[in-house]
Amino acid sequence: MSNPADLKYTASHEWVKTEADGSITVGITQHAQELLGDMVFVESPEVGRKLKAKEECAVVESVKAAADIYAPVAGVVTAFNEELTSEPEKINADPYSAWLFKMKPDKSASLLIR
Amino acid sequence: MTLQTTPLNAAHRAMGAKMVDFGGWDMPLHYGSQLEEHNQVRTDAGMFDVSHMRVVDMEGDGVRDFLRYLLANNVDKLQSSGRALYSCMLNPAGGVIDDLIVYFINEKMFRIVVNAGTADNDIAWMKEQAAVHAPKLAIKSRTDLAMIAIQGPQAAAKLWQAMPGLQNLAESLKPFTAVNMGTMFVARTGYTGEDGFEIMLPNQAAAFFWEALSKAGVKPIGLGARDTLRLEAGMNLYGHDMDDTISPLEAGLAWTVDLKSERDFIGKAALLAHPPTRKLVGLVLQDRGVLRDHQVVKSSHGDGEITSGSFSPSLNLSIALARIPAAVQIGDTVQVSVRDKLLNAKVVKYPFVRNGKGLV
Repeated sequence: MSNPADLKYTASHEWVKTEADGSITVGITQHAQELLGDMVFVESPEVGRKLKAKEECAVVESVKAAADIYAPVAGVVTAFNEELTSEPEKINADPYSAWLFKMKPDKSASLLIR
Repeated sequence: MTLQTTPLNAAHRAMGAKMVDFGGWDMPLHYGSQLEEHNQVRTDAGMFDVSHMRVVDMEGDGVRDFLRYLLANNVDKLQSSGRALYSCMLNPAGGVIDDLIVYFINEKMFRIVVNAGTADNDIAWMKEQAAVHAPKLAIKSRTDLAMIAIQGPQAAAKLWQAMPGLQNLAESLKPFTAVNMGTMFVARTGYTGEDGFEIMLPNQAAAFFWEALSKAGVKPIGLGARDTLRLEAGMNLYGHDMDDTISPLEAGLAWTVDLKSERDFIGKAALLAHPPTRKLVGLVLQDRGVLRDHQVVKSSHGDGEITSGSFSPSLNLSIALARIPAAVQIGDTVQVSVRDKLLNAKVVKYPFVRNGKGLV
């Protein structure tokens, strides 16, 4: 699976999609899910939490390891994917539709992408 | 440094294995999904390449007497040919040099299987001790042998299917016994908590045997699932749950240490001089999350540490082995420090899973 062209990617293997309203959606890449293996636990940031760019804000854990997820931009969390709480394996099945959380970036913030 | 390879290296790659550096060995982590492989062993049958483990044959007069002194468990429990015994080999300070399985073949030969990462050090220690206590003993490192484990409720049936010639001899093989069959050494032992076999055979025969098992429907299982299977089965992993600084009495292995008989063995005096203050227990996480090695465990009697922690695929929650103050009781609740949080975990007896059934 190659990386979808309409997404942007961070150096720490998150994908970032910019929505029409300027908000962003964040997930992990195919490469990252392959490295981690079978997902068993996702901890998402609470809605309303203010994040700095590069701040650790979520954790995905596979059977073998835990991986921190970093905010790709400064902003506020507006949603998290509740489905992943009970079905973390959806990240393995399709990492580009199993998004983790959404953010509204601060006005002056710029995306940390490669 | 070049990684060491087993005779099944090409077979793993052909089966799509994700290979990893495991203590200097190029070994399969999984062949697609660690969870599926785990469940395969709990419900059907799976095979493991454990050729990185080392077979050591001890031969000569007085081998039993030497092992009575070398090992913490008592080889006098082994009286009929083929019987196996799990034991620790201790240093004089009572730390665990390695844990191993010793098979009694005859009064002139015992076979020992040791861990891969410790093998060279083990053999050096055995030779050093033998030079003093049994100079005529031959200690042979059998790097010419591969080892394949077949584990799961269907292991026996599928093994007969793959190798019909094995059925008559091995069908009646009791747990923790072994039998020699031509060039194969077949033991009813394992590291998963399921029925199964560990088979030692010449390196050049390994790929053929692996292929025959595969054709009989035995799926290959990587080291990832091997670890979650053994953790659920409550079996110690050397280097995690104990090492050469840890007493077996603080690693849940008191049942393997014979302190009652008159027999002297290396490490005995140290164990008697230092009664355990900590113990190994099982933990079941009550909150959401995953327990991992080295997380700090907080109890009303002081802190402890997780020695092996993971997600349990069979129980669908997180479990761990932890070394904690001896005063903590089974049934108590302790707190585990996971990142910036304290999560509740219940102290339980292990194993967590045996023969496919959850016990906690």
